[in-house]
Amino acid sequence: MADGPALLTAAVGGERRALARLLTGIENQDPAFRELLPRIFAATRGAHLVGVTGPPGAGKSTLVTALTREYRTRGRRVGIVAVDPSSPYTGGAIMGDRIRMMEHAADREVFMRSMASRGELGGIAATTWLVAAALDAAGYDPVLVETVGAGQAELEVARLAETTVVVEVPEMGDEIQAIKAGLLEVADVVVVNKADRPGAERSARQLRAMLAGAGGRFAAPPPILLTVATTGDGIGALVDAIEADRERARSADRALARARNQLLRAVAERSRRRAEARAEWEATVAEIAEHRLDPITAADRLLGK
Amino acid sequence: MSDEPGTSEAQPRTAPIRVLIAKPGLDGHDRGAKVLARGLRDEGFEVIYTGLRQTPEMIADAAEQEDVDVVGLSILSGAHMTLLPRIVEMIRGRGMDDILIAAGGIIPDADIGPLKKAGIAEIFGPGTRIGDIARYFREHARQRT
Ligand code: B12
Ligand SMILES: Nc1nc2c(ncn2[C@@H]2O[C@H](COP(=O)(O)OP(=O)(O)OP(=O)(O)O)[C@@H](O)[C@H]2O)c(=O)[nH]1
Ligand SMILES: [Mg+2]
Repeated sequence: MADGPALLTAAVGGERRALARLLTGIENQDPAFRELLPRIFAATRGAHLVGVTGPPGAGKSTLVTALTREYRTRGRRVGIVAVDPSSPYTGGAIMGDRIRMMEHAADREVFMRSMASRGELGGIAATTWLVAAALDAAGYDPVLVETVGAGQAELEVARLAETTVVVEVPEMGDEIQAIKAGLLEVADVVVVNKADRPGAERSARQLRAMLAGAGGRFAAPPPILLTVATTGDGIGALVDAIEADRERARSADRALARARNQLLRAVAERSRRRAEARAEWEATVAEIAEHRLDPITAADRLLGK
Repeated sequence: MSDEPGTSEAQPRTAPIRVLIAKPGLDGHDRGAKVLARGLRDEGFEVIYTGLRQTPEMIADAAEQEDVDVVGLSILSGAHMTLLPRIVEMIRGRGMDDILIAAGGIIPDADIGPLKKAGIAEIFGPGTRIGDIARYFREHARQRT
């Protein structure tokens, strides 16, 4: 097995292959790398963690590419994590986000990693934020996380990102409201991409009206920006808006909310694993199947209560 | 920490094999690459598809960042004798010694020997069943852990 601490040191020192292998260890939840997590967190440098979410095909990858271009002109090194869904049947995945990110392929100051969701709902994988932390430790800032094309339920990214960018596209009709409400609620910045298409201004107005009424997580409604990711129109203003949110994201209330969600997630994951590893797991499953035990009492018992 | 037996709470699951499927050069034939990508997904692989017109450097960069177990090169343009050896060289030159590099597409029999000598592990022509490719990858990809 690879030597975790040496890989971390090399990755922090700028060796890309070491970083890539570190990410694999994290992603595979390799026990040797599990021990490394405190060190990775200690090595983070405070990169801005930006989530980019929105419906399938909205232009998330194209937008991440355009954002990367803009950040590069501002002298920043950019980390990218693009998450795609794993097949629930085979566990396999096709990750095609690189197709849109070709222009940065040979840029040594950009590091892009594709991740399969590996059975997680919520639009990101269980280890996505640890991978982002490792990119932070390696000196990439911002770290942009593209989620699986998201519907209502895939809002996990917003619980963990510092700044969540929700990407929408112009649409006709009014039935959009109900569908979008959930996504919009978590937005720190809203983008109407494909603004070269008809109806963009109107969509932006509708969204603005919805958001003004909604109240949202935090005091002020998020800014709404129009972009054309394919040409780069509006991208400078979008980066300005994301940058402006960076400080707000680090306010005590938002930082605590994020930490609380990270902890909740970790507790759920750790207790599940702990329970599954108990020798009496299968017998307990059988007891429940035979209606001799209810699942909640069983869980308390497995977790040692 | 969890190396000692009995504390099995952090057992690694067997991770899927990661495969990069790339189309080098100016070759617009992407049907085979897409069929292969989908087929391998259905066989349980994690497939990263880079799309068309990749330079050897782009392919090596992607392989490095994605830390893939297999690089699969699909080429039907006839430029395989110049492109494929350069890609192997570039990948190996960056210290990625244990990545399996395979190819497929339209490659005349006479070229197979020289390409294998140049470091392409295996070559799969038209009509190959995806199941056979999947089996080959499972048998020859590096073992993790
Ligand atoms: C369909 C086709 C096209 C379509 C392509 C559509 C597309 N988006 O893919 C179109 C019409 C656009 C086209 C155009 C051209 N084509 Co054309 N085309 C074909 C054709 C008839 C079938 C290819 C195909 O899709 N097969 C189906 C797929 C599923 O099979 P496959 O790609 O072979 O993949 C399988 C295996 O090879 C293997 N495999 C493939 N890649 C990989 C990679 C790995 C890692 C592994 C393990 C396995 C593997 O697994 C797959 C499943 O079994 C072939 C002839 C033929 N019978 O192969 C000619 C052919 C490839 N084309 C040819 C030519 C010359 C051209 C043109 C230059 C014609 C012209 N003068 O304009 C243009 C160039 C286009 C370009 N920009 O590159 C020649 C190439 C000659 C050569 N290499 O020496 C061929 C061989 C025809 C011929 N006999 O002359 N073409
Ligand atoms: N007209 C127009 N097309 C765009 C714009 N942005 C992206 N596209 C196109 O929209 C399509 C989807 O873009 P992607 O960037 O792959 O979208 P995505 O949201 O990442 O898609 P998934 O990851 O599959 O959910 C591509 O064909 C893009 O070229 C835009 O601003 N205007
Ligand atoms: Mg995408």
